[in-house]
Amino acid sequence: MVRLITHNLLACHVKGCTSNNFPLEFKDVQVELRDAEFNSDFLRGFIPKIEWKALVDAARQVGNTSLPLELPEMLDDDFLKSLHHVLLEIHVEEGSMTCPNCHHVYPISNGIPNMLLAEHEIG
Amino acid sequence: MIPTPNLSHLTSADYDSVYEPAEDTYLLLDALEQDAEHLRELHATVCLEVGSGSGCVSSFLGSILGSTALYLCTDINPHACICSFRTGLQNKTFLDVVNTTFAGPFHHRLKNAIDVILFNPPYVPTDREEALNAQSKRYVEGSWAGGKDGMDITDRFLDVVKELLSPRGLFYLVALKQNDIPNIQRRMQDKFGLSSQTVLHRRAGSEHLFILRFQRTS
Ligand SMILES: C[S@@+](CC[C@H](N)C(=O)[O-])C[C@H]1O[C@@H](n2cnc3c(N)ncnc32)[C@H](O)[C@@H]1O
Ligand SMILES: [Zn+2]
Repeated sequence: MVRLITHNLLACHVKGCTSNNFPLEFKDVQVELRDAEFNSDFLRGFIPKIEWKALVDAARQVGNTSLPLELPEMLDDDFLKSLHHVLLEIHVEEGSMTCPNCHHVYPISNGIPNMLLAEHEIG
Repeated sequence: MIPTPNLSHLTSADYDSVYEPAEDTYLLLDALEQDAEHLRELHATVCLEVGSGSGCVSSFLGSILGSTALYLCTDINPHACICSFRTGLQNKTFLDVVNTTFAGPFHHRLKNAIDVILFNPPYVPTDREEALNAQSKRYVEGSWAGGKDGMDITDRFLDVVKELLSPRGLFYLVALKQNDIPNIQRRMQDKFGLSSQTVLHRRAGSEHLFILRFQRTS
């Protein structure tokens, strides 16, 4: 299950593809929503690791527009609830992710992203 | 006592294609349990298990640290990825699983950012050829075939693990006596400044298994 939190950490790793290789672009996705336990300590700890624009764009690609374009300075409860939902409750079950630089396509099936590379593509 | 993960959803058909938890797995669980306090004090945000197989070890780590951390798992074997995910669900730890080699697609975004890294690698000495074939078949053989001195596969991860480890991060590795443990420890210290200890060791049948824990020398 590719949750958007994981998507925010995945980059293309084809040999030589080292710039503009993030974020991967979702295509033809099927999404499922599943409840996850809300934990504001986790969210606050994780926020510094997020690439914000990539997260906002990925959320839009899967049909969610609840996040502000800029990370707010005040982390109020409403904001944390939206962030929780986007990061942890949206699951991409089918579809693919394409590298913006080399256009390598990583398929997602049965919820598992296939990021294996052929021997000659491994760095 | 932290309960051993419930694996009752996995059948012998799953274990035809995925590594069944064995002495090595359980020794790693024991080491994590022994280190539980130390692990909690890290306040880990991101954990990663390379080669998660059945998902038993990451689920156990999830029981130690709870829902304040993210649990990433990788495996080259797609069946293992599915089993890991299901084992997480069964044990109330959500495992975010990616079918890939080592930590490939995470290096770009998780430089010096992973607090706990676990690897129970294919460590059995075999022909080099056999280890390479097992890697490309992405099936159960890839769980053990380790090539020369059992280190051909492990070495590829040892060369990059430091880039991922957070400043206070811990890396746990399962190894066999034949892997030449003093040599592993010396190399990691000299090349990467990672110091290490043996957390536990145990003889199981013909195998003498070790759990090593690495961290940055501050
Ligand atoms: C000894 S089994 C350990 C499984 C599980 N972690 C446990 O402790 O029971 C090794 C696992 O590593 C996986 N593996 C082997 N080579 C790998 C690689 N290059 N990258 C990621 N996983 C790999 C195998 O498919 C297998 O699931
Ligand atoms: Zn690329």
